[in-house]
Amino acid sequence: MEKAQTGDWVQVFKVVLKPEERAPGLPPETAKVPLTMKVKGFLIDQSAAVGDQVAIRTATGRKVEGKLIGINPAYEIDYGRPQPELLNIGFETRSLLSGEADKQ
Amino acid sequence: MNNNPDFSYQGVMSRKNRIMKQAVGIDYDQFELEGIAFDYDAMMNKAGYSLEEVRKIQEETNVGKTPLFEMHNLTKLVRLHAEPGKGARIFIKDEACNPSGSFKARRASLSCYQAQKQGYRGVISATSGNYGAAVASQSAMRGLNCIVVQELFDSQDLSQPEIMEKGRACEAYGAEVVQLSVGPELFYKFLILLEETQYFNASLYTPFGIAGIETLGYELAEQVRRTVGKDPAAVLITHAGGGNVTGTARGLQKAGCKDTDVIGISVDLSGLHMASDHDFNRKSFTTGHTGFGVPFATWPDRADVPRNAARSLRYLDRYYTVTQGEVFYMTELLAQLEGLERGPAGNTSLAGAFALAREMDRDDVIVVQETEYTGAGKHPSPQLTFARKLGIAVKRGKPEESIPGQNIIIPESPAQIAVKRVDLDNLKKSYLKKVAQEKGGGALSPVELDYLAAELKTSTGWVEKHYGKAGG
Repeated sequence: MEKAQTGDWVQVFKVVLKPEERAPGLPPETAKVPLTMKVKGFLIDQSAAVGDQVAIRTATGRKVEGKLIGINPAYEIDYGRPQPELLNIGFETRSLLSGEADKQ
Repeated sequence: MNNNPDFSYQGVMSRKNRIMKQAVGIDYDQFELEGIAFDYDAMMNKAGYSLEEVRKIQEETNVGKTPLFEMHNLTKLVRLHAEPGKGARIFIKDEACNPSGSFKARRASLSCYQAQKQGYRGVISATSGNYGAAVASQSAMRGLNCIVVQELFDSQDLSQPEIMEKGRACEAYGAEVVQLSVGPELFYKFLILLEETQYFNASLYTPFGIAGIETLGYELAEQVRRTVGKDPAAVLITHAGGGNVTGTARGLQKAGCKDTDVIGISVDLSGLHMASDHDFNRKSFTTGHTGFGVPFATWPDRADVPRNAARSLRYLDRYYTVTQGEVFYMTELLAQLEGLERGPAGNTSLAGAFALAREMDRDDVIVVQETEYTGAGKHPSPQLTFARKLGIAVKRGKPEESIPGQNIIIPESPAQIAVKRVDLDNLKKSYLKKVAQEKGGGALSPVELDYLAAELKTSTGWVEKHYGKAGG
């Protein structure tokens, strides 16, 4: 199992408020789940695996404790798939414009 | 901070006023008048900066002076479906040219200047939007620490792609990003962080956050005058928390644009609850939508400062909504016909401009006052890919068949792009209802009446008439 060492860039997870501690007046689907948090920083512990309770030093120098959930976690953002519903819009409107150009 | 602080939700919220006072360096009490009334103009004048000062401060960190482009092909396309003599010229202000890629750099510039001037070591901002990257970027230039608190993921651990990108941008500028699951207690965590770090609250809603946008309205007025020799007939503003409307309108006023209509446009997300863990990821727009636009218009002081400087009903002449599908369609048109890959936020008001230009005279000028940088997560393709994954139907069709959270209808033709009017009088009546609740139905004093007339851009007579009906 991959282990993070002191100084590695990691992500931790923490429950901020349990369901019973949350604000009043929430919709039921929100009220029944905890408010949770993820923060990234440099590992303070000597060595840790995903799932371990650890401490990190964040970009502003704060010490935050939580469960290790990622070691040098990836940015999971992409451009998705080209959308069939959008693919023809440029062609359609350029045709409209060139049709108008023909009339003038 | 005492040694054994109470970190329960109620405990932290009870310290709210004290924490906020320390964190913005403004004594809001000095602006209170009586009852529900406060002196808005005094707050803006005393706590804010003059336009000249703002321009100077923004120059220090490369903010503003963005170009204004005419959308020749979009205007041509509008005129294909317009009556003879109709089809206004559409212009767009390319705010994506700001350092962090959106107009939010204008708001962040003054907050970070103020934080530095007052000797704070860092700033904190509660935002899931472009403002995070703006604060992070401005902090980087001023050597301040920066924490951005985001609402990002639901209880299934699914994150909104656009907010993920905004978080990545904050980290790129060196900020710490605290990411939370769905819920309004983001504000609770935000207060704890302010208390712990003693940083400056770079709120979107301080006088600084608004004064920073005034240069946008002022610049665009100057640019339109220089280009076409007259004032814009209308300026369209994507409307959420009210800051963009308020700041831009104040800038237009300062430039002397007396006959320019200030028009707010939001994406219609009616039916989706803002605090719902289920609905959170079923919104394909994370801001510029009715979920912020309506509640912030009808009760601005729900913000993270005691008195919100963004008060949209003081400035809005008209307010419309567009559908999610129409904005995706416009995003495509902007890229494919004008060669500008931008958005999403500014494209909400661009959809509005496209619809309204059709009814306006040919020599009128209509300005869309912002663009934002686009990228992975923010682009229509990742948003629609994500929406499909959550079971939302995406298809071509009639925009009026849109149901937020259930489908996204991409128009079949540019002629279908339309706006839906929101009756501002109804929003003003909701505002008065809230006032009646706050006052337990008590009568309004003359000072409160004057305040509400200014607050709602109306007469004291109108306020009296409708306050009575609201239960006063």
